Amino acid sequence: MSRARVTVRLTVNGRAYVREVEPRYLLADFLRHELGLTGTHIGCEHGVCGACTVLIDGKTGRSCLQFAAALDGASITTVEGIAGEGPLHPVQEAFHEAHALQCGYCTPGFLMTTIEFLAANPDPTRDQIRQALTNNMCRCTGYLNIIEAVEDAARRLRAQEGGA
Amino acid sequence: MKPAAFAYHRPASLEEALSLLAVHGAEARVLSGGQSLVPLMNMRILSPAVLIDINRCRELAYIRREGGMIACGALARQGEAEASGLVAATLPLLASALPHVGVRASRNFGTLCGSLAHADPLAELPSVAAALEARFVIASARGRREVGAEAFFVSALTNCIEPDEMLAEVRFPVAAAGARTAFLEVANRGHGFAVAGVAATLEVDAAGRCAGVRLAAMGAGDTTVRLAAAEALIEDEGLSAAAIAAAGEAARAAVEPTADVHASAEYRAGLIGVLVGRALRAMAAAGPR
Ligand SMILES: Cc1cc2nc3c(=O)[nH]c(=O)nc-3n(C[C@@H](O)[C@H](O)[C@H](O)COP(=O)(O)OP(=O)(O)OC[C@H]3O[C@@H](n4cnc5c(N)ncnc54)[C@H](O)[C@@H]3O)c2cc1C
Ligand code: FES
Ligand code: FES
Repeated sequence: MSRARVTVRLTVNGRAYVREVEPRYLLADFLRHELGLTGTHIGCEHGVCGACTVLIDGKTGRSCLQFAAALDGASITTVEGIAGEGPLHPVQEAFHEAHALQCGYCTPGFLMTTIEFLAANPDPTRDQIRQALTNNMCRCTGYLNIIEAVEDAARRLRAQEGGA
Repeated sequence: MKPAAFAYHRPASLEEALSLLAVHGAEARVLSGGQSLVPLMNMRILSPAVLIDINRCRELAYIRREGGMIACGALARQGEAEASGLVAATLPLLASALPHVGVRASRNFGTLCGSLAHADPLAELPSVAAALEARFVIASARGRREVGAEAFFVSALTNCIEPDEMLAEVRFPVAAAGARTAFLEVANRGHGFAVAGVAATLEVDAAGRCAGVRLAAMGAGDTTVRLAAAEALIEDEGLSAAAIAAAGEAARAAVEPTADVHASAEYRAGLIGVLVGRALRAMAAAGPR
């Protein structure tokens, strides 16, 4: 069985990286172990919990279900990249204000899922929010504060759009 | 890093993918969206020695109309089909089933062909393909062949593709003018696999009579199941309340579901009967779309 390494070029949060990895290296492990970006959390490693969700070329994907080598050339955004060097991203701010996290393990995945969702649905109903978040697991909050945070985040983003 | 080591190939064309399959087929897996394959590799239920990643075969990334058919290449993503105006206009059954297939994050990468090839008896798309009488275009370095759903789905997680072949395209007939469709499923949660479901199409003639009905069930056994007895009842007796009730009963009696932690076999069979009734009533009540 081949242990040969392959070259992978990824842009992560705007920075270009080149690494040699085994083809079986998952994107989640690449981010955490190769790049030290430990904001992407790993729960189930089979796609179900949502904790490892990142943006891959602008779309949410489970980083536990992608081989880093297969993404050669792609652009990845992790939770570390959503606000850049600036203050919190509006969705982060809303989660903070609504007390939408306790241990915070699930939070990066919720943030990435919410960012994609609100970009497509700027003014969602509560049911649409529940549906969009149905495959992100949180073992602490009971979800209600998360749903309120997403409603608040939608308001913040609309205000920002309107003001811009 | 959970999967076992494998040799990784990333062909740039279908031709290259097929020559790799000709050499490595017996010990290889095709990687498309990875949304079913990678979980199985992470759990080491599967440890293929060779992975043939078709994601750079850009020529397979299409959803296009070819005469009376909509052709979807092996790299047509579920999310792209969901957002496609062409699919919405020509394949209403597929369009209404897609939101039930996993979640946004899985549909962003999962392909139509990958879901069909995976052949999960609880997956939505195999039943859609069966109800629409889709054609499966299977390619190898030896040539191409085309089969229907009844030949493609062999048993749970098993399709008819030979080791050196892959599914290059799935072709769905464009819905007839005035065709009505229904996709219904019942799930324990808002995400993930359902307990059972029904994909249905109905064609109605100028006088409003049933001119053809097709029903396929998921969660009904080892593969998607066409509900032929229920179809025959409706085609013979029309869409009266009595005929619909009899069709639901015929569907219940025809399926042989398996039991698991989510539902008993009996519950699944009963549910399929109920969903057939609901689908037929909804289509009977709907105007032409
Ligand atoms: C969180 C989550 C929820 C999900 N929920 C559902 C659900 O509700 N319903 C549902 O149906 N599915 C569900 N799935 C699985 C679905 O998302 C997968 O997309 C689909 O089953 C496989 O498509 P893929 O392109 O990802 O294929 P892959 O995972 O890449 O491949 C799947 C299998 O098919 C083979 N294969 C892939 N493409 C080809 C080809 N062109 N020719 C021959 N063989 C091929 C592979 O070798 C592998 O054996 C879920 C997945 C996740 C992660
Ligand atoms: S760790 Fe990837 S979805 Fe749970
Ligand atoms: S805050 Fe602890 S898992 Fe969600």
